[in-house]
Amino acid sequence: MPRAAGPGPIAAPAAGEDRPFGVYVHVPFCVSRCDYCAFATWTDRFHLAERYVAACVAEIRRAPTGWPPSAGALSGGVAPPPAGWPAGVPRPASSVFFGGGTPSLLPARLLGQLLSAVPISRGAEVTVECNPDTVDTATLRSYADVGVTRLSFGVQSMVPHVLRALGRRHDVEAARAAVRAASAAGFAGRYSVDLIYGAAGESLEDWRATISAVLALDPPPAHVSAYALTVERGTPLAADRSRHPDPDDQADKYLLADELFAGAGLRWYEISNWAAPGAECRHNQLYWRQGEYLGVGCAAHSHARVRHPVAVAGVGGSRRWWNVRTPERYVDQVESGRSVVAAGEVLTPAEQRLEALQLSLRTRAGVPGTALAGWREDPALDGLLATAPGDRAVLTARGRLLASEVALRLHASPAPR
Amino acid sequence: MRRGAVTLPPAPQVAGIVAAASKPAVVLIAAKIGAATAPGLRAPHCSRTGRDRRDRSRPFTRRKNRHHGRDIVDLHRIRNLSVVAHVDHGKSTLSDRILELTGAVDAREMREQFLDSMDIERERGITIKAQNVRVHWRGYTIHLIDTPGHVDFGYEVSRSLAACEGVVLLVDAAQGIEAQTLANAYQALEHDKEIVAVLNKIDLPAADPDRYAGEIERVLGVPADQVLRISAKTGEGVAELLDVICERIPPPSGEADAPLQGLIFDSYYDQYRGVVSAVRIVNGTLVSGTRLRFMQTGRTHEVEEIGIRAPANVAVAELGPGEVGYLIAGIKDVGEARSGETVTTAAHPASEPLEGYQDPKPMVFCGLYPLEGDDFADLRDALEKMRLNDASITYEPETSGALGFGFRCGFLGLLHMEIVRERLEREFDLSLIATAPSVEYRARLTDGSTVEVHNPSEMPEPQALEWIEEPFLTATILTPAEYTGTLMDLCQNRRGDMVRMEYLSPERLELVYRIPLSEVVIDFFDALKSRTKGYASLDYEPAGWARADLVKIDILLNSVPVDAFSAIVHRSAAHDYGRRMTERLRELIPRQLFDVPIQAAIGGRIVARETVKAKRKDVLAKCYGGDITRKRKLLEKQKEGKKRMKNIGRVEVPQEAFIQALRLEE
Ligand SMILES: Nc1nc2c(ncn2[C@@H]2O[C@H](COP(=O)(O)OP(=O)(O)OP(=O)(O)O)[C@@H](O)[C@H]2O)c(=O)[nH]1
Ligand SMILES: C[S@@+](CC[C@H](N)C(=O)[O-])C[C@H]1O[C@@H](n2cnc3c(N)ncnc32)[C@H](O)[C@@H]1O
Ligand code: SF4
Ligand SMILES: [Mg+2]
Repeated sequence: MPRAAGPGPIAAPAAGEDRPFGVYVHVPFCVSRCDYCAFATWTDRFHLAERYVAACVAEIRRAPTGWPPSAGALSGGVAPPPAGWPAGVPRPASSVFFGGGTPSLLPARLLGQLLSAVPISRGAEVTVECNPDTVDTATLRSYADVGVTRLSFGVQSMVPHVLRALGRRHDVEAARAAVRAASAAGFAGRYSVDLIYGAAGESLEDWRATISAVLALDPPPAHVSAYALTVERGTPLAADRSRHPDPDDQADKYLLADELFAGAGLRWYEISNWAAPGAECRHNQLYWRQGEYLGVGCAAHSHARVRHPVAVAGVGGSRRWWNVRTPERYVDQVESGRSVVAAGEVLTPAEQRLEALQLSLRTRAGVPGTALAGWREDPALDGLLATAPGDRAVLTARGRLLASEVALRLHASPAPR
Repeated sequence: MRRGAVTLPPAPQVAGIVAAASKPAVVLIAAKIGAATAPGLRAPHCSRTGRDRRDRSRPFTRRKNRHHGRDIVDLHRIRNLSVVAHVDHGKSTLSDRILELTGAVDAREMREQFLDSMDIERERGITIKAQNVRVHWRGYTIHLIDTPGHVDFGYEVSRSLAACEGVVLLVDAAQGIEAQTLANAYQALEHDKEIVAVLNKIDLPAADPDRYAGEIERVLGVPADQVLRISAKTGEGVAELLDVICERIPPPSGEADAPLQGLIFDSYYDQYRGVVSAVRIVNGTLVSGTRLRFMQTGRTHEVEEIGIRAPANVAVAELGPGEVGYLIAGIKDVGEARSGETVTTAAHPASEPLEGYQDPKPMVFCGLYPLEGDDFADLRDALEKMRLNDASITYEPETSGALGFGFRCGFLGLLHMEIVRERLEREFDLSLIATAPSVEYRARLTDGSTVEVHNPSEMPEPQALEWIEEPFLTATILTPAEYTGTLMDLCQNRRGDMVRMEYLSPERLELVYRIPLSEVVIDFFDALKSRTKGYASLDYEPAGWARADLVKIDILLNSVPVDAFSAIVHRSAAHDYGRRMTERLRELIPRQLFDVPIQAAIGGRIVARETVKAKRKDVLAKCYGGDITRKRKLLEKQKEGKKRMKNIGRVEVPQEAFIQALRLEE
């Protein structure tokens, strides 16, 4: 049972600890809303941008409720952080991710304000999601100047009628132009492309064309995320059954993508992510590894490892919480000194195990061999899992498509722990 | 008069009423009670969960201080009647007007179809349980029983008749005589009850009272000028009807000083008070606190409380001959005090019990299974209590490979089956799966023995089978003449043989068919209604057995037969059943990790096949902004869903698929 996140004792970080830590900043503004999109974003509130960024900065500095070690935990013999250290960040961030919405609507000046509020470790990864139609070389240069190291372009498709079916504002040429601008601004080899497959009217050949065009971009991306179009509750897409994707068609497209990306040297490292070796997104990997991160801004999620109050010594627990959904609520709460946390949960060890299985199964790292017993006994899992070095089990391409089913079956089987 | 009797001046003389007018009227207890109460004899709503609607109306004891010495009513000033009619002809609405006009329910508490107090009745707009209520009219005490009109609940009508001397037969003045009008009229005549024929709904623009008064005269033999004309909606003519009731319906007969004979004509189980019965006193006097003997079971119990429904419960000290009331005797065993039981006193028992009831034979059977296996004992308990309130249901334990432990239950018809199931779920907080309804068959085996087959799994192997018989009905259809062709078609398709065809009037026709019950049970009624724009009506009664070419059809999931989906059908309909069931299951069974064949087979021969293709993708593509919680919750939900699935031949079948597949076509 999830519980509201109470002020449980949090393991204070040892000084100089090098466990990764991420900061996610949510930018809830878009020029228009795509009808498949259910993210917390608005098209009529950009006037809040300055106040919103200021609120985010304030929140990072004080984080009154969420993140930081409680005074009690800190007094347990661990040195308190130096004066002026932002309370929301336990140790320097190894990654920062500006997600949206459309973060590229923010001028570099505001990105810079946010970045200077966060202590960042050397060599940290700093990503900004960009819609292709919002950027040019000058903007991207200014992003680089304030510390951005990586861009993620929402390209979605390279086929005109598919872009239209998705209701995107940009065209194929805008995507190419954005990549050229990125290259000119020094992001060659440090940009990623987001794709969606399964839009109404998209044939397998259309999808192949999109992938070929992406791989032929100049310079080519070292990282691609390809997402199966998902029908999210409450979106206009959800209301129009005629445009709902066919899961079998999406399965075909997934297998095709996996094959073509692999051929181009991009190997899968998470169900929907492919990268050249070393170009994996560090920030997103935190999510799969049950790592720690602070979510800043409205609707952002945070995660801290905690010692579960009732667990025996050494059994780590985990606390997840999330912020109020709308930017105006968020700004209001911060400005009036109240908590921005909407709700949260402390995971039980059982919940944590299921989560760990579910998340690591999505990745190239796979799951430890202890989960293998169940696999061997279940004929239905034939061909869905393969062994990997270090006594691990990793999903095959076919298995990745059925990751939920596999996770449930492994979870249900009595594997030694 | 006995001790403490309070007398009132004689009742005002009502025009035309002579009987008993000269006798002093006896005081009538003030029946008006502040709080709206659930009237009548109803099983408590959700007795297990405590959401008991009767809680408010459980003042059985609280009202005791209302005893005003003696309550016995002069026999000659009692009128006991049932309101009977075809479905929807306005019985409950007439009861409303009577409750209002007699002041039994005041305007503030009034609502439409007041006596339909069960939620299912209100939702469906039909009466399911007969309901008795006492009202007072110009010095008379009237016990009125509102009865259901639907053919499945005919048993309620016949039980009610035993507590009455007459009936008010309502006929919709815009529709005329319908099938249940006839059935009810015949029942009343058979039992020698006075019939007051009444045309209702004369306020409707389409009403044609002259025409239908003529029809009533021709068909039922009631002179047209004696047919009353009322509107239960506006109240027009209702006061006159009450006068006519007092005038024409004979008073009950009975001896106040004879040994007690009271007929229990309805009972239900109250979680606090035990069995609560509706009782009609035939002879003698039922006195609070005495020890009673229940003549069928031979048990004795002390009266805890007796009272009347007016329509709220009012405790009284005595009930005399001709009176109708309720009886509580602290009975916790639901096998006692059932409908048809006679109560007498332990001290001076009557020599003979009253004629009880013949429990009707169930016509339709289905398996009822608890969704959660643990609820089996609760289901048995619920069925026992339900049977107290509805003697027409039967049940016997049975086991299904697919569904576990449950009961094979018998009902009077499909609506009855649906209603009982719903009542079990609501009143006892159960979730049930019902298997496909089927009738009872009789099989003669090659070894000369005969077996009854209530369930496809009891069907003998073809090699062992000499022949098999199915039950038949005599179905009476009343229809506007223009639909004769299409109805004859329908009956023929359903293997019916015409017995008779008769004009009731130039435009209305009575068609009588001999037809297999199995063909009528499922969707015949709906087909009849849709072919005649709702104008035809149907009544039926059992008409023996006849041999037929019947086969058992099995449904196989991944090559494993699923007993819950088997059926016995006429050979000519077998393919159709197989095709429909496999198609439906293909829609209902979620895709698995492998292809799942769904087959229909007759004696090992496959007659239909569908395949649920293996699923290829179930994963969520996106895991964004660190919202891991939502993902985990989704997986946990899937995990819960898996727990609720039954594994059949390695196939995970959700409970919902059973429910949907076995649900009758709407
Ligand atoms: N216009 C008009 N409508 C009426 C009259 N009497 C009843 N109705 C309507 O007819 C419908 C059926 O009335 P009920 O009183 O429920 O009929 P019923 O005979 O008790 O029906 P069952 O108990 O299901 O057999 C309701 O919609 C009533 O409002 C009437 O006199 N005039
Ligand atoms: C939150 S969006 C922000 C990026 C940017 N605003 C854009 O749309 O280009 C991140 C990515 O999620 C993916 N996405 C959004 N809605 C989706 C949906 N309903 N199904 C699948 N992917 C979706 C898109 O590929 C998108 O690039
Ligand atoms: S641009 Fe991106 S974030 Fe904005 S509505 Fe479209 S998909 Fe959603
Ligand atoms: Mg009614």
